[in-house]
Amino acid sequence: MNLKLRIWRQKDAKSAGRFQEIEAKNIAADMSFLEMLDEVNNDLIRKGEEPFSFESDCREGICGTCSLVVNGLPHGPEKGTTVCQLFMRSFKDGQTISVEPWRARAFPVLRDLVTDRSGFDRIIAAGGFISVNTGGAPDANSLPVRKCDADAAMDAAACIGCGACVAACPNASAMLFVAAKVSHLGRLPQGQPERERRVLNMVAKMDEAGFGNCSNHYECEAACPKEISVEHIARMNRDYGCSSLLGSERESKDLGGG
Amino acid sequence: MILDSKIPPGSIEKKWTDHKFNLKLVSPANKRKHKVIVVGTGLAGASASASLAELGYNVHTFTFHDSPRRAHSIAAQGGINAAKNYPNDGDSVHRLFYDTVKGGDFRAREANVHRLAEISVQIIDHCTAQGVPFAREYGGLLDNRSFGGAQVSRTFYSRGQTGQQLLLGAYQSMMRQVGAGQVKLHVRREFLDLVLVDGQARGIIARNLVTGALERHEADAVVLATGGYGRAFYLSTNAVGCNVTATWRAHKRGAFFANPCYTQIHPTCIPVSGDHQSKLTLMSESLRNDGRVWVPKNSGDKRPPAQIPESERFYFLEEKYPSFGNLVPRDVASRNAKTVCDQGLGVGASGLAVYLDFNDAIHRLGAGKIKEKYGNLFHMYAKITADNPYETPMRIYPAVHYTMGGLWVDYNLMSNVPGLHVLGEANFSDHGANRLGASALMQGLADGYFVIPQTLGHYLASTKMGKVTVDHAAFADAERGVKGQIDKLLSIKGKRPAMEFHRELGKVLWNDCGMARNESGLKHALEEIPKIRERFWKEVGVTGNGQDFNQAMEEAGRVADFLEFGELLVRDALTRRESCGGHFREEFQTPEGEARRDDENFSHVSAWEFKGVGQVSELHKEPLTFDNVHLTQRSYK
Repeated sequence: MNLKLRIWRQKDAKSAGRFQEIEAKNIAADMSFLEMLDEVNNDLIRKGEEPFSFESDCREGICGTCSLVVNGLPHGPEKGTTVCQLFMRSFKDGQTISVEPWRARAFPVLRDLVTDRSGFDRIIAAGGFISVNTGGAPDANSLPVRKCDADAAMDAAACIGCGACVAACPNASAMLFVAAKVSHLGRLPQGQPERERRVLNMVAKMDEAGFGNCSNHYECEAACPKEISVEHIARMNRDYGCSSLLGSERESKDLGGG
Repeated sequence: MILDSKIPPGSIEKKWTDHKFNLKLVSPANKRKHKVIVVGTGLAGASASASLAELGYNVHTFTFHDSPRRAHSIAAQGGINAAKNYPNDGDSVHRLFYDTVKGGDFRAREANVHRLAEISVQIIDHCTAQGVPFAREYGGLLDNRSFGGAQVSRTFYSRGQTGQQLLLGAYQSMMRQVGAGQVKLHVRREFLDLVLVDGQARGIIARNLVTGALERHEADAVVLATGGYGRAFYLSTNAVGCNVTATWRAHKRGAFFANPCYTQIHPTCIPVSGDHQSKLTLMSESLRNDGRVWVPKNSGDKRPPAQIPESERFYFLEEKYPSFGNLVPRDVASRNAKTVCDQGLGVGASGLAVYLDFNDAIHRLGAGKIKEKYGNLFHMYAKITADNPYETPMRIYPAVHYTMGGLWVDYNLMSNVPGLHVLGEANFSDHGANRLGASALMQGLADGYFVIPQTLGHYLASTKMGKVTVDHAAFADAERGVKGQIDKLLSIKGKRPAMEFHRELGKVLWNDCGMARNESGLKHALEEIPKIRERFWKEVGVTGNGQDFNQAMEEAGRVADFLEFGELLVRDALTRRESCGGHFREEFQTPEGEARRDDENFSHVSAWEFKGVGQVSELHKEPLTFDNVHLTQRSYK
């Protein structure tokens, strides 16, 4: 099939961007979307023109690197699918396809379709962990965990950190990303000692990194390639509320000892 | 040169314990004075960064990704082995040790493997404490499943995303140290050279992939945890960014490359569909717990699988290997799939595929249970092939997956270059000629969490080193070399994308040095690869400039390294005149077609010393001795 691509080109965060129209010819239906882009870029190189930049790595939907808005939808039209797992059989001959980067204040464009998502890492560094040093852990079976809790934690932990939730949200909020981590660790007994400070610190860092607020549009859940539920946001809000009231008090008591 | 593996004396059960006591320590107050560079943030790199920082070292961690969480460990699906014996099925440290040495076809170091088996139990404890959501039973305890090459269930897992969950655990621990200021994280930085001062690894040259700036970083020791070289074959299950650049450039600075011909071809991958393909996708080995591998008994049988009656199906693994059945090790499963396809029994359009059938398991357990166990894999398969594996068998074929070879390291995980330590898939250590399923995650985390925190301290405490700054001439020299190569790539102004040369190299390696190798094919490859390399340096097209975000240039640099490395891979395969594990030389097989080792002449590690591009490398041998396992012809019948 032949397609008309509208690819976003932008030199860096400070420069203005624009769409470039490029023809994609002889595209096979069993190519992945990114393989199609590879071929288009190779054609540009053959013509001595500069290829457009886009990111990907594992190309099997788990690393979270790929990050394209295809025809206005983060990761494209297929539900529960990263753009690297999108295949050209989802498109029709002659179709026009627009390809844009994630658009969010907290994700500045570095080049063309590549954005800086390091805000997510800063949020994790602020509290998205269980503080346990290597070496002292008790036997893994010394603390039973209800299967339903382990499964629910795994549902939340399936987040790949791609940022589609932010790109889809009209407020560019990172609530689903943060909530998934708060839920993952908060559902497990190992995560209880830091439960209050974790949610307070992560939310504070999320605000500082320039992500917007949640106003319950649920676009995040619709765009999430791992179909992570907005129920986690409700859990996080509850945790945040409780922790704001109780947590700071507990924390200050914690600091009291010698 | 004599390679000193520094294997401690004493009985195998006590070596690691005694060694830890004999290692010198750095006092808590002195640890912060030592700066350590870690390159790579996969399981090995992230766990090493976290653990070293927890001890108080001043850690600088580098990744070429936008975030440390992208490292390809994230894609590991099936699980992680540990000798916990929770299922009460007779497992022990010794049995895991034995299975791993045997699985590796007796080409791994006994002492390393035993240490790995000992540490395996601590890894599960630590990861559970970190909040890794391992699968559990209703009673709340951890669940296990089986993997190839073992008759016990010792594999812990998180659905089909075990690598992801273990990596996130290590990543989170590392990010905690980033937040605490103990780890300085450098993202979007590519390692391009190792800097040696007085023969010791004292720093690196890295390129800032956003600004294009070359950066100098000094340290007291350098840790490489940069993964494997499977992408040399172009098509593999590796991520498209995986590369050999860091280990190859360290090799060019003097680090020996060990056993590069030991590559693992994984039996269960989605078959190649066309020339445009950028990678192949793995379907986890865990599927062989419930999936049955078969082909039609009659060649040319084009009926849909459901219409082929039981009596006309050839369950070749179950028939040939009744005691291990579908769970034979990967090298055995792959070779047998190739054999039946070569006999014309393969299925699918290309004839290069076999069925992996879940029909029996779905009848036995119900589709719901199968979905719970393998849901994400079935989903992925359906996405890629547009087939529904709940209704029709998967079609699978072997693909390059993992590389057992890597930089040579001693028992302390230090290369022959003082101060340069190598962890995880990047080193050659523990898997011999074939890695068992669910052992890569175990090794990466053993190296990073439990080995390097002990052994690196010993190196720092026992080594005299002067103060080095980035103004040292060695840094300027290394930077000049890196800049020279970048300028050269940009000056060619050819019209062919680097990817084309990469595909050419991949085809040569796959055809001549893939699942089966022979002398004439390997010699052919040794003629072809330098030709591709020569054309590359005349015709490659790299647009843009070096002082900028330039993905075409990054890729060209990595392909250039693969084109040098590929030659060494083939030379190693040619030199090893025996079959073992993932290295199958057609000239050396038993009457049943199994790998025939030559223990008299090849019971050694081949460690290669770089002698210049296009020059024949020098071979050094580290003899392997086996005092605790009996060398046998591997049998899974």
